[in-house]
Formats: sequence, structure tokens, C-alpha cells
Amino acid sequence: MNKKIIYLDNNATTPIHPEVAEFMIDNINEYGNPSSLHTLGRRARALIEQSRQQIASFINARAEEIIFVGSGSEGNNTVLQSIACSSLRCGFDHCNKRKIITTSIEHPCIVETSKCLKDKGIEVIYLPVDRYGKIDLNYLEDNLDEKVGLVSVMMANNEIGTIQDIQRISELVHHKNALMHTDAVQAVGKIPVDVRKLGVDFLTLSGHKIYGPKGIGALYVSSQAHYCPLIRGGHQERNRRAGTENTLGIVGLGKAIEKRSEEMELDFNRISNLRNLLKQGIEKNIEDVHFNGHPEDCLYNTLNVSFSGAEGESILLYLDLEGIEVSTGSACSSGSLEPSYVILATGLDELWAHSSIRFSLGRENTEQDIVFVIDRLKQVIKKVRSMSTIYHKGKCNGK
Amino acid sequence: MENENWLYSDRVKEHFINPRNILLNDQEFDYHARGMVGNVMCGDQMVMYIKVDPEKLTITDCKWKTYGCASAIASTSVLSEMVKGMTLEKAYSLTPKDILRELGGLPDRKIHCSVLGDKALRAAIDDYYMKHGMSDKVKTDLKSKLICECQQINQEDIEEAVLEGVRNFKQLQEKTKISTGCGKCEPEAKEILKKYINKYFSD
Repeated sequence: MNKKIIYLDNNATTPIHPEVAEFMIDNINEYGNPSSLHTLGRRARALIEQSRQQIASFINARAEEIIFVGSGSEGNNTVLQSIACSSLRCGFDHCNKRKIITTSIEHPCIVETSKCLKDKGIEVIYLPVDRYGKIDLNYLEDNLDEKVGLVSVMMANNEIGTIQDIQRISELVHHKNALMHTDAVQAVGKIPVDVRKLGVDFLTLSGHKIYGPKGIGALYVSSQAHYCPLIRGGHQERNRRAGTENTLGIVGLGKAIEKRSEEMELDFNRISNLRNLLKQGIEKNIEDVHFNGHPEDCLYNTLNVSFSGAEGESILLYLDLEGIEVSTGSACSSGSLEPSYVILATGLDELWAHSSIRFSLGRENTEQDIVFVIDRLKQVIKKVRSMSTIYHKGKCNGK
Repeated sequence: MENENWLYSDRVKEHFINPRNILLNDQEFDYHARGMVGNVMCGDQMVMYIKVDPEKLTITDCKWKTYGCASAIASTSVLSEMVKGMTLEKAYSLTPKDILRELGGLPDRKIHCSVLGDKALRAAIDDYYMKHGMSDKVKTDLKSKLICECQQINQEDIEEAVLEGVRNFKQLQEKTKISTGCGKCEPEAKEILKKYINKYFSD
């Protein structure tokens, strides 16, 4: 059964770009340790530095401000954990900066790390969002005081696609002498990201969200910002991230970035149109739906929809049987059913969260795919709703 | 069957694609008793309707509806086929293990969703007993029996904890704070914990 797969889960991960794959294969035998002084080592080093330069240029940073890390999650952990470091080696006076501000819709790697920081005595403030997922800037201003060491706000949300005004937020944060971090894992490669314009001190990006390999990410650290390594014990990355470099991953990330700079604009137009086609198809063919996320300030590839009365996981799996791959905000795992905290944060109730489906489009999708998806989706929603206990009560006559 | 491709075990897949005895929205069904369990806010709800032969006290027909996930759909579909012709008493004693055996197994993390069907069935049978002057046969009280007075934990809370992954007493305490007051319920709580782990997860 080699059914065609229509992959609409590009915010989870992306298929590797053919040219990235080719470039990685070409370099797979570059085994030299980039720290070695001999020819093989120097060759690996040159590849890494080329990739670093590509990434830096893409986000308007300097090469020495880019640190390679093992994932977006590692990058985010590094930035957050540094605020709780009380080691004297760290050289940063945190005594009066024991407070961080983040949001209620961050990725779990920020949420979980924040909980850990709280246990270590750091005060954590979670900014609420409005019904479109935009953070409340007044709430931010009210909570920004001289105790705040770091503010971390994701640039674009993975589930609902809402884009925050990072530039404005950075201004407010710097006005109070705090540091600004943005998790831009979903934004980089989709929308323009310029660290100077945004005014951020830290920014995280990841390889596998931009048609690159998994297990590689990069952290931008402004040369003015305080930095404390998460992984110590090696001189790599100028003492900022120990461990022998993942040369092949870095090579792939650099190439993926290069391809994004070439294709980003074209994708923007083409994928925006496909998303609109999908949205209109749903509006026209399916009743009682709710679109989650911001109507304008939203990633052009992301469409998050709640289908009243239809449970998300069964929608997902019925679509899967048709070869259509999506994700849901109703996670049926590890025993209990957890509704998406992101959708709950926008003020919808558990029922809407359990009925939500995320379509995240990518460069491989075609118009034909979307037409097929609309047709099958219509049938699947009808089926799931027809057996639902809460969508149109069945006519039952109790005796 | 800890296979991540669980949906594609033929039997689960087949029941998921073509669930049996579903009461569709536009259909009519004259039932004798009805049982509803679960909560849509928690993401799953199940309603079971049964017809009963009043002489033999057997289930002659049953229908169901759900707001639930794939494993709830597949396991309830299997259950609905199993119970036809079964005595109320026998049907009442069906456990999730019986259903899983019929279905060919599910991963542990999916068992939580698959117990909705048999719970709804018991609720429907209780409903029948209540309506027909057999309230002495209703056993639901057992579920709500208070075990820990200090923390107000009942038997069903322990069952839920087991379904959500608790496998020993320490984990149960972390989750529910049971026996952290006076502590006198500890032996009984351990006994019940063992019973439910055995009920759902031992072979």
C-alpha cells in the first residue's frame, strides 16, 4: 500500500530539501574533527564556518554571534537556564534580576524550563494572550520592573501561527534594562527575521523546520548580551557550547538556510494561496467551524481549525487513513487526554481545543492536494459528527 | 502489542473504519435503558443504549455514540458485538481486558480511552435495573466508595490514576496525596491499587 501521502504537518517537521540532502551526502565523509589542525580538521572547520556565515547573513547577525546547538529546545533551554546560574564563574550579577517574563503559549521546552526555574526561586510571569493569541503588551509593561532579567516571547506560534510584534516588545524590554529572547523556530525561513531590526539579544532557530536535518539548531547571542553555557567542558563554539561539532548537521543547516533565502519569497505567495484555498474550502463545505489564530498576523502556512462536536484524534486518524497527515490539539497520550494549552489560552474551552486540527503547509504541497484534502475532510467531519454524542443529538426514543 | 502502528492491526483498523452498532444522528432506536459516562470537557464521552429481553434478562440489541478517540471507537465497536445475546449479569462483569483480547490488544497509553465502552454499558445495565425494580443489583456504589477520608479519594480516583499510568503506591501518593493524612487507609488503598493494576495491565 504505497498510497500517496499529503503531508500537512510542516510545523512539526519538514521533508528535507533535495538539494540539502544532496549536499549532505556529498559531505558525509568529512569526518575530520573541526578542532584538529591538520588538513581534514581544517576542511571540516571551513564547512562549519561557511554555514555559520550563511546563517548570520540570513538573520543579519555577525558570524561570531551564532552558536550551533543540538536543537531548538537546547537553544531555548540554554537561554532560560542562564538566568538561574548562580555560579561565580558566570560573571553575571543576577542578585537583583531574579524574575523572568514569558507567555502562556510558548513551546513546552520554554514552559517546562520555566517551571524548573520557579523551583529554583526565580519569579516567573506568564503573559496572557487575547483570543487571537496576541500577547497583552499592557500586561507586559505592568510587570516589567528592575527585577526582570529576561523576557522570552516566541516570534510565531507553532500551533495557531500567531505572529508577535517582537520589535515593539524588545523596545519595552530594553527600556527596563532586561534581556530579550525570541524562539523563532517557526518564523525563520517563513517570514523575514532580522535580529538588528527586531532588537533581540537571543534568538533560536532549528534545522528541521526549514527543510534541513534534525538534531541541529542555532542560537543567536548578541555580542553585547550576557551568556552562560548550558553544556560546559570544551572550547568548541568559543567556549559557549561544549561538544564536538555536528559537522554534517551544520552543513545541512547552512544549505537549508541558503535554500530558504532563495525560495522564501516564492513560497510565501504560493503557500499563502494554498492556505486560502483550504480555508475557503472549509468555510464553504463544513458548518460550525472556528478558525484559531490571528486573522492577519499569522504564519502563511498555518491553518488551525476547530470542528464543533468532532473529536480531534479521530479526525486525525480518519484523515491518516486517506493519506492526509495533520496534527491535533487533542493529545491522547500518556494516559489522559490533554487539550492544547495554547488554544485554551486564547479563551476557547476544552471542547473546542479537543476538536482542533492544525494544517501546516509546506513547499511540496500542490493545489491538487488541497482540493483532495477538502473533499476528504468534508466526509471525515460528517462521519465523526454523525457518531458524536454532542453534535446534533440523535433521535432516540426511550421506552 | 506495543506496536506504534497499532491503528493498523487489522482488527482495530477495521472496527475504526466501520464501527458496528453506532447510532447515527439521523437514526431512530427504541431503547430500554441508557448509560452515559465520560465528560466532553475531558475529551471523551460515551453513550450506550440497550434493548433487553425482560424474560431472559439478555441484551437483544445495543447502540452507542461517542465523542472519543480512535481506540474508544474501535473497542466499543467490538464490545457492542460481544454483548448481543449476553445476559445482563455476564455483560456487567465484562472487563476491558475481555474487550482488548477480542480486539487483539492496544498500547498501554490507549487503554484509558478504551474503558469508556464497558463503563457506559454497566451504566446502561444499572439504568435498566433501576427502571425495572431491581435496584438491589446496582453495584455502582462500590466505585464511589470513599477510601481516604482525609484527602477525599474514592475507589474510582484510584482506578483513574492507574489508567493514567500509576503503577505503584508511591506514584499513587504523588498523584492523589492518598494516605498522607492519618494514614489508616494505606493497606486498603494498596489492595485496591493492586486490584486495578491487575485488572487492566497484567496478562
